Amino acid sequence: MTTSTASTVTAPASARGPATATAPDPARQRRRRRLAQWGFVAPAVVFMLLFFGYPLVRNVVMSFQHYTPKTFFTGESPFNGGDNWSKVFRDALFGKALWHTLVFTAGSLLGQFCIGLALAVFFNRRFPLGGVLRSLILLPWLVPMVVSGIVWRRILDQDTGVLNSFLDTIGLGGHTPWLTSPDMALLSVILVNIWIGIPFNMVILYGGLQEIPKELYEAASLDGASGWRTFRSITLPMLKPVITVVLVLGFMSTVKILDLILALTDGGPADSTQTLGTLTYQNSFVQLDFGAGAVVGNVLILISAVFAVFYLRANRTEGK
Amino acid sequence: MTAHPPPAARRGRSRGAVVPLAAVGVLIAGAALTGCGQQRDPGVYTVMNSSTDESYHRWDAEAMARCSKQLGVTIEQQSVPAAQVMTKALRMASSKSLPDIIQFDASEMPTFADAGGLVDLKSLGLSTDDIPQGIVNFGSYKGTYYGAARSVNTLALFYNKDLLDEAGVRVPTTWAELRAAAKKLTQGKRYGLALSAGGAEDGVFQFTPFMWSNGGDETELDSPQVAEALDYWKDLLKDGSLSKSTVNWTQADVNDQFMAGNAAMMINGPWQVETLNTDKSLHWEIAQIPVPEAGDDSVGPLGGAILTVPNTGDEARERTAGKIVACLSSQKEQLTYALNSWMVPANSKAAAAWREKVPELDALADQVAVARSRTAKLGAGWSSVSLALQSAFQSALTGQSSEAALKLAQQRATSGN
Repeated sequence: MTTSTASTVTAPASARGPATATAPDPARQRRRRRLAQWGFVAPAVVFMLLFFGYPLVRNVVMSFQHYTPKTFFTGESPFNGGDNWSKVFRDALFGKALWHTLVFTAGSLLGQFCIGLALAVFFNRRFPLGGVLRSLILLPWLVPMVVSGIVWRRILDQDTGVLNSFLDTIGLGGHTPWLTSPDMALLSVILVNIWIGIPFNMVILYGGLQEIPKELYEAASLDGASGWRTFRSITLPMLKPVITVVLVLGFMSTVKILDLILALTDGGPADSTQTLGTLTYQNSFVQLDFGAGAVVGNVLILISAVFAVFYLRANRTEGK
Repeated sequence: MTAHPPPAARRGRSRGAVVPLAAVGVLIAGAALTGCGQQRDPGVYTVMNSSTDESYHRWDAEAMARCSKQLGVTIEQQSVPAAQVMTKALRMASSKSLPDIIQFDASEMPTFADAGGLVDLKSLGLSTDDIPQGIVNFGSYKGTYYGAARSVNTLALFYNKDLLDEAGVRVPTTWAELRAAAKKLTQGKRYGLALSAGGAEDGVFQFTPFMWSNGGDETELDSPQVAEALDYWKDLLKDGSLSKSTVNWTQADVNDQFMAGNAAMMINGPWQVETLNTDKSLHWEIAQIPVPEAGDDSVGPLGGAILTVPNTGDEARERTAGKIVACLSSQKEQLTYALNSWMVPANSKAAAAWREKVPELDALADQVAVARSRTAKLGAGWSSVSLALQSAFQSALTGQSSEAALKLAQQRATSGN
């Protein structure tokens, strides 16, 4: 590098002159440049095709196949048209699971986001011990999902759980059937998931808040804007790109929920917490009907894809 | 992209980068293609089981060491979590890298056998002499003997002797007595009885003795006998003798509740004994699960794992694998394993010797003798029925009528097949 710079410095004309003279074909050069560009893109393309494209296509194909334990031995998985699809859609459990997934996702996102945002705004001002408290709130994020699930299952136990004992001592009854009533279980699972999701939302939103120039707030206070007005007219609009990211990432990780529900309720009681994630699991790995499992998986992918399109759209208009 | 052409100096470097990048691409593709095809090591045999607990893993390792000395081969143990044995075995089947011996939970075996994945043990020279017919059936699918059990287990009624004595309650033998005893033993925070009605196989396992002893059957979930059994569970819950958390408990949770003194009696299996014995102040005993009317047979579910030889196509290896299975399930090894794990030996002679050494589990041995395999009637169709049944008893225990819940379950079970 240094030698070439040196040569250009000492003899700029002679170094550049011959180069342009011996390579008069700009088309060839452009071709070569394009090739180099594709060379850089190629690893990413290969990676995507191998690790995302192939499984995706495989999953779609599998949903039209009679894919059972026998397939693993014979390698034969005959196509059976829409049999898997009609079987899954005719199962009353699918509609239930779809509804639970939507409620779970909407509820979790709403709770996580609102509390996360409130905490982010709260910690955005400086106060003693603010840093310590902020890092303590990150703890739920560090605990593996299955561990949280198991601990919460104990906390929420109707008779021996800590939560009900606490409610009992402060005189609020204390017989809430958190995980044991089909009417309550979904709500309890959502509450636990909100608890898990708050740190993520808070951290990202806090980062976004730090990016907002302080001058804007100073100007607003000079103009006599109230706290609420400042939040609505400065914080929220300036935070919009970050909010989109938080919600999209949150959606993607929430809609496919499996581990937490398996640890908390196993989809019960009476299928009241079955989601598309647990249904795929049950079809594929308990009943070993991989075709039906693939159908539910495809529905999940489709839901995520629709959401991704909206996200890309929103991003594009933002760019303009 | 073309709007900003790179400066001349960078252009030269990017050309040089194309070659290494291409090389890396080829290497990755090559690595991806050569991952398959596994060579089996002659003289080394692998057993895949679910002995992930330290003690079980050790007992198995010791037994394998003895057999490997006897047979002059090396036996390796590969333990994976119980829930993953089936899926892992299937994946291994498709990549032609099956182990030589797989230990399945007996209820899973039909699925693997149905797919053509197992070798008939009798063709490998194993005999079923001295094994009770029920246990032979337990390891068989469609009349072929695929799995040798070392030990079997079933469910029994465990009770806290001190609590029963204190309340002056006799050990219940009928449903009516159990209900009355459970009610009487329910005091303050303590429940009379604990059982698992969780939404997994645990709950179904626990429901079967009530269903079967009442004459119900998994092939007809909407029969009045099954509904009666479920109503009996509902009554126990209604009395307050069972915790409402029952629908969320596994069998391990039930054991925790019993040990913590939160339940005076429980339905559970002998695999809990090791844990129970860690608390010296707890005086427990076991009895057969109560029956609907005095004189009825108490029919429990047969549980346990069986050793199978998967179909690898290598007959010489399969024959040796058969010998290893024969050694591991020999009378002597069965007794050692059963004494360690508190389960009942499959072999009747070993079982007789075991009874003498563990008289406190006599009731269990009696129950095992008449216990029934879950998959005997439905084979590979069991998993659909099991899922439908879980959903049904959970719905019924949380408010729905037993008849309606079971009717739906029967519909789901038949449409699933």
